[in-house]
Amino acid sequence: MTKADIRILVIDDNRIRASIIEEGLREAGYSRVSVIAEPRPMVRDIVEADPDVVFIDLENPNRDVLEHMFNVSRAISRPIAMFVDRSDRDMIEAAVDAGVSAYIVDGLKKERLKPILETAISRFNAFSRMREELDRTRRALEERKVIDRAKGILMRQRGIPEDEAHALLRRTAMNENRRIADIAQSVITAADLLSGGKP
Amino acid sequence: MTTEPATTTGTTGDFTIRAGFIPLLDAAIMIVAKEMGFAREEGIDLVLIRESSWASIRDRVALGHFDVAHMLAPMPIAASLGLTPFGGKIITPMCLGLGGNAITVSNAVWLGMSEHGADSSGDPKTAGEALRAVVAERKARGLPRLTFAVVHPFSSHNYYLRYWLAACGIDPRTDVALTIVPPPYMTDALAGGHIDGYCVGEPWNSASVVAGVGHIATTTSAIWKSSPEKVLGARADWAERNPDALAALIRAMHRASLWCDSGKNAPEIVELLSSSRYLDVAPSTMMTGLTGRLALGEDQPQTLPDFRYFARRAATFPWISHGLWFFSQMVRWGQTELTPATLETARLSIRPDLYRKALGPLGVALPNASSKVEGSLAMETPVATADGRLFLGPDGFFDGKVFDPDLIEDYVAGFAIAGGAPEED
Repeated sequence: MTKADIRILVIDDNRIRASIIEEGLREAGYSRVSVIAEPRPMVRDIVEADPDVVFIDLENPNRDVLEHMFNVSRAISRPIAMFVDRSDRDMIEAAVDAGVSAYIVDGLKKERLKPILETAISRFNAFSRMREELDRTRRALEERKVIDRAKGILMRQRGIPEDEAHALLRRTAMNENRRIADIAQSVITAADLLSGGKP
Repeated sequence: MTTEPATTTGTTGDFTIRAGFIPLLDAAIMIVAKEMGFAREEGIDLVLIRESSWASIRDRVALGHFDVAHMLAPMPIAASLGLTPFGGKIITPMCLGLGGNAITVSNAVWLGMSEHGADSSGDPKTAGEALRAVVAERKARGLPRLTFAVVHPFSSHNYYLRYWLAACGIDPRTDVALTIVPPPYMTDALAGGHIDGYCVGEPWNSASVVAGVGHIATTTSAIWKSSPEKVLGARADWAERNPDALAALIRAMHRASLWCDSGKNAPEIVELLSSSRYLDVAPSTMMTGLTGRLALGEDQPQTLPDFRYFARRAATFPWISHGLWFFSQMVRWGQTELTPATLETARLSIRPDLYRKALGPLGVALPNASSKVEGSLAMETPVATADGRLFLGPDGFFDGKVFDPDLIEDYVAGFAIAGGAPEED
């Protein structure tokens, strides 16, 4: 059995993450990767994929459903069980930390699974980092909008230019040991209250 | 509400306890213990981590990510018997309440059942006989079997549904198909025609009634009165190494259970649990499950007797007889074998001794016995305690059978319908 023979099924309702993992596995030489991203997994999808290895993301509420299918469905001809090798507890913990659970069909050798699992783990982690990065960017963008609004309010109310409004916000933040975005939010809230607008 | 500091029991430490939970109403005691400060009063920093599947709860307890978790009552038994991946023994030092589940069927199935005498009383016998007629009719007409869903193979729901079906003459292994669906998806699966009925905790029965896609046929508190629900599962090795932390947690959760049981706190529980951090559901759908005032179908809501309680009638006491009843059903349906060793393992996973040790010093009324003959109390009955007055609720099975935990072998042998499942399609 070569890399190209091993059939890998990725079950993840986050399509972006699923495709990142799929891509990673293909780059590593595993060409037979299929993905189920449906919210309602069907036995026939698993039968069609006829996997040697199955990855399910840990947040997937369908894990209980899928495990039951693996256990009782006659249509799935080869028994699929969770990868529980006790000599490789570190590997399993790394997988759970990354947010992925691994299942293998009876008979697949542990040595064959290891590199596949490593790839999946690193891709799961890469996705988490990417998501964090995205969240940070989004937050920064939102904070900038808040700061711009607060600056506008200060400029109108006090008749000062933009750079002074900015300096005022920054100085206040430093004096109160708070973040500039928090001060800006307070300015907006106060202005809304004073103008009788919505809080 | 009591405000005794944690130090009254002679321990000083501050504990951090990591607990997993599934967003369900019966996680209330755990959530309230944290949010209303009961855990903090005991010096516990209770870290609650939400999970989406019982499989993830099971794995993360086994791998040591969680010290304790909100669990399906049969899960610690299954884990202790080695029926789950990763192994590792789990104990049950506390129960999280009694009742709270129901069985819902699709409108089409309910229509058929009504034609065979089912009414809106929620009576399990009438409903079950009507369902048997529907099942027989479908068989005669060559229609496919009805599909019923439960939440997990090692769940009280699985055993309650099977018990009800089998007692009404419907073989859950052959006359219907059984499948697994996560609780929040039950209503969609019913609406989409993927399943014909299911057994689950509230609010996921009322959700189908409100959506107009199903009818509540009966409740599990009618199938087995005062039947146990979720439990606090603790990793056995953690519990052994941290007896003070566990005792403090039991005390905090005991106080939380009293708080939850007080009707006046229902609106606050709803507000707390419905938030996005916990259940993330509409507050209106949660009230029914808390108050036990349910609309079974299109009719007016009715108050179901003893639908759910969190604290009274020793609702959090981990009865060995409750655990062994689940074990008896695991044996009945071929999930495990009955041997002196398996029986002993199951028995040892239920730990009323730890519950007593934690709550005895508080003067909580505790039953003298740790096991009872289930089905022997027809009404609320006072029981012997060392300290204070305690009443237990009725505990009968709807078919009149009695479970004596000392006679498990006879009990299991007494079921006409039993045995491992033929594989499903």
